[in-house]
Amino acid sequence: MLSVTGLTMRFGGLKAVDDLSFEACANDITAVIGPNGAGKTTVFNCITGFYSPTSGSIELTHPDGRSFPLHKMPGHRIAARAKVARTFQNIRLFAGMTVLENLLVAQHNTLMAATGFGVLAVLGLGRYRAAEAAGIEKARFWLDAINLTARADDPAGALPYGAQRRLEIARAMCIDPVLLCLDEPAAGLNPRESEELNQLLLRIRDLGCSLLLIEHDMGVVMRISDHIVVLDHGKKISDGTPAEIRADPTVIAAYLGEGEEDEVTA
Amino acid sequence: MAYALQQLINGITLGMIYGLIAVGYTMVYGIIGMINFAHGDVFMVGSFLSLIAILGLAALGITSVPLALVLTLLFAAAIAALYGWTVERVAYRPLRGSFRLAPLISAIGMSITLQNFVQVSQGARVKPIEAIIPGGIQLMDRGGFAVQLSWMQIAIVVITLTILAIFTWLVTKTPLGRTMRACEQDLKMASLLGIDTDLTISLTFVIGAALAAVAGFMFLLYYGVIDFYIGFIAGIKAFTAAVLGGIGSLPGAVLGGLLIGLIEVFWSAYFSVEYKDVAAFAILIVALIFLPTGILGKAEVEKV
Repeated sequence: MLSVTGLTMRFGGLKAVDDLSFEACANDITAVIGPNGAGKTTVFNCITGFYSPTSGSIELTHPDGRSFPLHKMPGHRIAARAKVARTFQNIRLFAGMTVLENLLVAQHNTLMAATGFGVLAVLGLGRYRAAEAAGIEKARFWLDAINLTARADDPAGALPYGAQRRLEIARAMCIDPVLLCLDEPAAGLNPRESEELNQLLLRIRDLGCSLLLIEHDMGVVMRISDHIVVLDHGKKISDGTPAEIRADPTVIAAYLGEGEEDEVTA
Repeated sequence: MAYALQQLINGITLGMIYGLIAVGYTMVYGIIGMINFAHGDVFMVGSFLSLIAILGLAALGITSVPLALVLTLLFAAAIAALYGWTVERVAYRPLRGSFRLAPLISAIGMSITLQNFVQVSQGARVKPIEAIIPGGIQLMDRGGFAVQLSWMQIAIVVITLTILAIFTWLVTKTPLGRTMRACEQDLKMASLLGIDTDLTISLTFVIGAALAAVAGFMFLLYYGVIDFYIGFIAGIKAFTAAVLGGIGSLPGAVLGGLLIGLIEVFWSAYFSVEYKDVAAFAILIVALIFLPTGILGKAEVEKV
C-alpha cells in the first residue's frame, strides 16, 4: 500500500527525519506515535507533498495496482490523482463557507469536469445539475456519518470544536481517498467525542480506505490501530501490533526518559 | 434640487464603471494577497479593444446598435481576458513564493509595459469616437435646468448590473466560484483537496480582466475619448474604491466604486473640477488611516 523507504528530511543542520522506512498495509489503521519533536508531522508533510524530502522515496500502490511516487508529485496531484487526503493538527476548514460547501469543494475535480470548468454550466444545465446532485448526495452521506445533517447550511466556523474536527475528516473523505492521513484527530476532544471518532475511523477503514494516524491519545491508538510505528528523534525505534508496542522496552524508555541519562544527571 | 439629481445620475454611472474595475482588484487581492497594479492598464487595453471592435464593425457595415454592443463587449472581454491570463503567467506566477514585494514591483513594471505597448502600437494621441447611443430622456425642467438621463447612462447601468448579476451567480453558485472562495480562504488546504490552485488563480485573473474590459468599454461609451494613459488614474480610483469598500469583499468593491463615483461627481459639481482627483485620493488616505478594513471588509488576523 504505502511504502516509505530511506526517507530523510533535513532543515539546515537539523535532521527531522533520518533514514526512515516503514510500510502501511491496505485496509489497516497504521498509527505513527512518538514524543513531541520526533518528526511525525514532518513525515506527513513529506507524504502529502508539503515538503519534498531530502532523500528517500514514498511509493503508494492503489488497490488496482497503479503506483505513485509521492515524493516527486506536486501537492494537488497527490490529492487528485494519487488520492491521498489529510487533515492538520489545527483545524483548517473553510470557515466562511457552509458545511455543505466545504464538502462540495473537496469534490471539485469531479464537478468541474462535469461542467466544463463551471463556465459552461450555463449551456449544459442538465449535466451540471446531475453532477451537482451526485456531489450533494455524497456530501449527505458523510454529513449523516458525522451527525451534522441538520447543520449543513451553517457556516463551518460556527460549529463546535468536535464537530469541526469530524467535518474535516468528512471533507477529506469527499475526495474518495485510498489513504487518509490524520494528524492528531483526537486532540482536544472529550471522551465521548473521542469514542465517536474511534467509531468513525473504524467505519472509514471498513469502507476500504487505509488510514495513517498521528495521535498522542494512547486510548485511541491502542484501541483502533492495526499496526503502530514509533518514532523518536526522526528514527524508527519500534514497529508492530499494539500488543507488541506496549511490551517494547525501547518505547517505554523513549516516552519516560532513558535510565542512564537520569543516573548521569543525578 | 434638479442640479443635485443630475449629479446623482452622473455619479452612479461613473461609480458603476469604477465598481467593475474594483472587483478585479479585490478578487486578486482576496486570492493571492497582492495588489495587481497592472489591472488599470488591462482596463485601458479593454477600452482600446472596444474602440477597435466598434470601428471594425462599422467598417463591416454592422449598424444595429444592440448587436454591435454585444459583439464589442464579447470581443473586448475575450481578448482582455487573454491579456489578464498572460500578465499573471508572465509576471506573477514565477514570483509566487518569493518575498511579498516582488510581485508588486513586477505589477508596476507590467503596468508600464502595457501603457508603452499601447502608446507605440496605437499612437499617443487621444482617440475620440462619435456617440453610439445618442439622445435620452428629459426627466424634468426646473428653472431652466433640464435633468437629463441619457440612453447611454441607462445602457451603462443596465449592462453593469447584468454583468455583476452573472458574476455573483458564478461566484456563489457554481463549482468554479466555490473553488475560488476556498482558495481565497486557504490556498494550501485547497491544494491538498486536489484543487489546481495555479489554474484557479489564472481563472481569477481572466475573470477580473474580462470585467475590466467591460468597464473599459463603458468608459469609451461614456466619455467618447480614450488614450493610453487612462488606465492609471481610473485604476488608482478603482483601487481606492476597493479599499474603501473593504478589500477582499466583492459587494464592498461595488459599493466603494459607487461612493467614489458619487464623491467625484459631487465634488466637481459643487467645488472644483480641477481638484476632483484630489478629492478621490484624499478618501484613500482617510480610509487607510481611519477605516483600514473598509466599510464591508472584515478585520482578519494575518495568516502566517
